[in-house]
Amino acid sequence: MVDMSVKIAGVEFPNPVIAASGTYGNGECYTDLYPLSKLGGISCKGMTIEPKLGNPPPRIAESYSGILNSVGLQNIGVHGFVEYYLPTLKEEGNVIIANVAGATIDDYVAAVEVLDASDVDMIELNISCPNVKQGGASWGISCEGAASVTSAVRRATKKPLIVKLTPNVTDITAIAKAAEAEGADCISLINTLLGMRIDVKTRRPILKNNVGGLSGPAVFPVAVRMVWQCHNAVNIPIIGMGGISTAEDAIEMMLAGASAVQMGTAIFTDPYSPLKVIDGIEEYMEENGIKSLSEIVGQVKPW
Amino acid sequence: MSFFCGKYPIIEKRTLAKGIYSVVIDAPELADEAEAGQFANIGVQGFTLRRPISICQIDKEHGTLRFVFEVRGKGTYALAQLSEGDSLDVLGPLGRGFNIPEGKKIIVVGGGIGVPPLLEISRETSSMCTAILGFRDYTRIILNDEFEEFGTKTILCTDDGSVGVHGLVTAPLEEELKSGNYALVCACGPEPMIKAVIKTCEAHNVPCQVSLEQRMGCGVGACVVCSCMTVRNGREYYSRVCKDGPVFNAEEVRFNG
Repeated sequence: MVDMSVKIAGVEFPNPVIAASGTYGNGECYTDLYPLSKLGGISCKGMTIEPKLGNPPPRIAESYSGILNSVGLQNIGVHGFVEYYLPTLKEEGNVIIANVAGATIDDYVAAVEVLDASDVDMIELNISCPNVKQGGASWGISCEGAASVTSAVRRATKKPLIVKLTPNVTDITAIAKAAEAEGADCISLINTLLGMRIDVKTRRPILKNNVGGLSGPAVFPVAVRMVWQCHNAVNIPIIGMGGISTAEDAIEMMLAGASAVQMGTAIFTDPYSPLKVIDGIEEYMEENGIKSLSEIVGQVKPW
Repeated sequence: MSFFCGKYPIIEKRTLAKGIYSVVIDAPELADEAEAGQFANIGVQGFTLRRPISICQIDKEHGTLRFVFEVRGKGTYALAQLSEGDSLDVLGPLGRGFNIPEGKKIIVVGGGIGVPPLLEISRETSSMCTAILGFRDYTRIILNDEFEEFGTKTILCTDDGSVGVHGLVTAPLEEELKSGNYALVCACGPEPMIKAVIKTCEAHNVPCQVSLEQRMGCGVGACVVCSCMTVRNGREYYSRVCKDGPVFNAEEVRFNG
């Protein structure tokens, strides 16, 4: 038996596979198939200080090896999360990560203060949601924005803080450095890439929001590249995500510099895919005599 | 109610009309859990998203489920290439089905590919059920003989009058609601039909349950993409068609939300 555990910002995950925010609800949706405890952790559905209605439907469009979504952060609010979902999550899951979004810095801080007083293990700051008119990704597309929200939130919590980055920028490493400088314990990337699909019969965009975030295998090489660039730019750990659907993908992401991975869209295609990835990583470790996953993080040998 | 995910053998495949197929799978644990109006999210090799398809018939005794689907795009086209002996990648049964009162007379109203999920209600309620089925023209008619075989009075309508009543399902629905003492109307079909059925039921003060469609992701309530505007306790919010539906009480649905 190999040791699949990983430690990020002092938090121990029994394995490196985490369900990505917005793809796994608050852990309640797949328990008919397998217990939440099989996953290393879960990043819960993005939450805001007040409940949020989200965007009008249709909110999803299929694309080549991927999907576009424009949910727009529909959620029951941080108080609802703490009251209704967190007790069960703590009981049934491993590492519980609260993903937080907001329109203003005050919104972020208010939500994080509630979570700081709760049982969540980590906070993932969502400064990268492409589907909301105010806030969301607008914080994540400039170094000043990323720095100011990270710094404000850092003062509001002692919990390990992950900053989730958007790929829709010219230089993601500059944003990563800004987050690191303001006290982020970890960065996670990538959120979705802004995209669009049009129905050629009606000449209407398929998404009612016109544009939405692209995820799935289509974005995987972009994610690997960005994780690698960030790994070369910062000294804090990275959680890699974006189109991971197989164990090989996950290992590739770790070689690029990720200490753990998140999976999302692949779960829609195959709900068992996270478990298959965990098994596949274990097999790879056994076959290659790897005792700890830290041995492979960032170990790509660039030309 | 719980759901499963796995590959189940196709034991029968038939063509019902051009581009419309009937597939029966051997899936005892799914049949055991399934209820009329529920659906399954069917995986298609080479596609990221599963295709939500309503359950047409449930045979708990023989452990089978039947789906009827129409080829709408590349994914359903790929599904239509499967044949007996192949396996179907099924996540299901999912969602909330119809809530049918026992021993009461009911009407089911279906339009086009909205007809299949109503057949299970007919099988369960037989002569207590009246079916009003609308199709574009005679080439698109499916399953009407099966409703009749289950002992359900079946009224056919076509848009072009090529068979049965010429025109919309709402005219015969109006007639039935006037003459009979019905406890419930269940509807599934295109949105304009659903809206017209709800209006007719309101006029006659008869409860109505509607099965809705929306572009779907996970199918199990996790991703919140398949939303429809609903009102509960005086508050408007987006419900999930996959988890809170696909069947809703008509009075809680807000169209164009």
